[in-house]
Amino acid sequence: MTTMTDTALQAAPATKARGYWATVGRRIVRDKVSMACAFILLLIFLAAIFAPYLHLADPYQGSMIRRLRFIGTPNYPLGTDELGRDMLARLIYGGRLSLLIGILPVILAFFIGTGLGVVAGYVGGKLNTAIMRTVDVFYAFPSVLLAIAISGALGAGILNSIVSLTIVFVPQITRVAESVTTGVRNMDYVEAARASGANAFTIMRVHMLGNVLGSIFVYATGLISVSMILAAGLSFLGLGTKPPEPEWGLMLNTLRTAIYVNPWVAALPGAMIFAVSICFNLLSDGMRSAMDIRN
Amino acid sequence: MFVYIARRVVYVIPIVLSVALVCFLLVHITPGDPLVAILPADASQELAQQLRVAYGFDRPLPVQFGLWLWRALHGDLGASIATGRPVLAEVLKAVGNTVTLAIAAAAIGFTLGLFFGLIAGYFRDTWVDKVATSIAIAGVSVPHYWLGMVLVIIFSVQLNWLPAVGAGPGGSGSWAWDWEHIKYLVLPAITTSVIPMGIVTRTVRALTGDILSQDFVEALRAKGLQETKVFRHVIKNAAPTALAVMGLQLGYMLGGSILIETVFSWPGSGLLLNSAIFQRDLPLLQGTILVLALFFVFLNLLVDIAQASIDPRIKRS
Repeated sequence: MTTMTDTALQAAPATKARGYWATVGRRIVRDKVSMACAFILLLIFLAAIFAPYLHLADPYQGSMIRRLRFIGTPNYPLGTDELGRDMLARLIYGGRLSLLIGILPVILAFFIGTGLGVVAGYVGGKLNTAIMRTVDVFYAFPSVLLAIAISGALGAGILNSIVSLTIVFVPQITRVAESVTTGVRNMDYVEAARASGANAFTIMRVHMLGNVLGSIFVYATGLISVSMILAAGLSFLGLGTKPPEPEWGLMLNTLRTAIYVNPWVAALPGAMIFAVSICFNLLSDGMRSAMDIRN
Repeated sequence: MFVYIARRVVYVIPIVLSVALVCFLLVHITPGDPLVAILPADASQELAQQLRVAYGFDRPLPVQFGLWLWRALHGDLGASIATGRPVLAEVLKAVGNTVTLAIAAAAIGFTLGLFFGLIAGYFRDTWVDKVATSIAIAGVSVPHYWLGMVLVIIFSVQLNWLPAVGAGPGGSGSWAWDWEHIKYLVLPAITTSVIPMGIVTRTVRALTGDILSQDFVEALRAKGLQETKVFRHVIKNAAPTALAVMGLQLGYMLGGSILIETVFSWPGSGLLLNSAIFQRDLPLLQGTILVLALFFVFLNLLVDIAQASIDPRIKRS
């Protein structure tokens, strides 16, 4: 018996064991689709951040004599909008607000929802019932309706649109966080930590968070795609950003009247929303399958 | 079964009450006086006070909620501030058009979604799967209001095949299932169908894959069952979950139609909500949201019951 364990011990660590996250990282780096999406997103982010250094035209400066130029006009590679402003500059600058109002609600909801869900899942009992029943109420509204209802009641504005989208996503993330936490809660290592005298806060922070964050994070990345579409949608309706700010949803709205004159320039801002949204979706799918290390 | 339905119905009551509370509170988180929209700019203090009393805005909030709920239970959602007509009548008229749109979109989206999902799951990891999965991803990622614009550009502006906006001759109140009307429905319905199409495809693909990897399928094949009959078992096993997802999607189409209805000026509940928001017509806003949310709650209830009635495992848990 002893000899067998000895040989097994000697044979086992032939290669250096890799941790879980290192394995996930390697798997995702090898996934071409995910990497392509990450690259495109990185480009759009960097362009938006460093827009002032890119020698672009002024995104606010219009001109009555060069309105609605076509794509490919010299000096205006992507044409001009209904007020004669350079579309390329507005699309790149537009990324700043569009990405902010699309992504920030998910980040905020990630923190709030994870907090609520982990506490509900770990503490259980009446607190769980209180949190989860409240969450159920928000599930009684289709998310588009809820976002528009809150935005419509609060009034137009960037801050209000961020608040309303955060309210839409908190219940969804809370539900996921609660269900993963409940799954981890009765694991032996949590039991062991409890037996060794760790208090509830330490157990949640040290022993549970690390095991539930991954799944919640992947779920939240999947929500960014929805959030981008909804945030731009609120601006498209006139409930988000206000003119003359460049923002993709608002640009789509103000260019709607131009579809009979210069249709493809009018469609450009939507293509940007589509690109960001599909990249986040594919990246989230890639992360999900990279983390699913069964096969 | 009866016990299950009864339990599920009882569970809906607190949800309905909370939904009503949220709709009621929506108006009270609104900055500014709800009377601003109807008061003339030079209104005197007395007139403002009179109207406040007339609309009941001077009472304490819980009392206002109680009264509002009591009236709502009797089918009275107040009158629209902009038009003076009863809110419920306005909403129900508009919901009819939204239902028309949602049914057409569901017919397209669910058919395609089921088809793509089944073949993608069955021929997993082949090119068929890759094509179907890509279409599904595009469907869930596309900003549908933009897709609507692009379809209008192609089919209305450039090809001039289909009308761009509206619901056909006679306006909002006179829908009929003839080509004169249906041609107005085509583009909005296609636009509405892409998200459910994508989601149903992804769900059914995952379900089919899971079911095919189970032991009983192996057993069916081992006993020499024809592949078409094996497929029938797959469909039977996937049906309850697929049905639930489709029910939920139908609810999203009914409640989330505002963006598409705005693009196409489709005279449904979404367009009504849009005008209620921008005219600051709070009773109308409140009423529309309440009716749409209740629709959604009851649709979910129906789906749960339908799911339990075809899948005996659910009742037992």
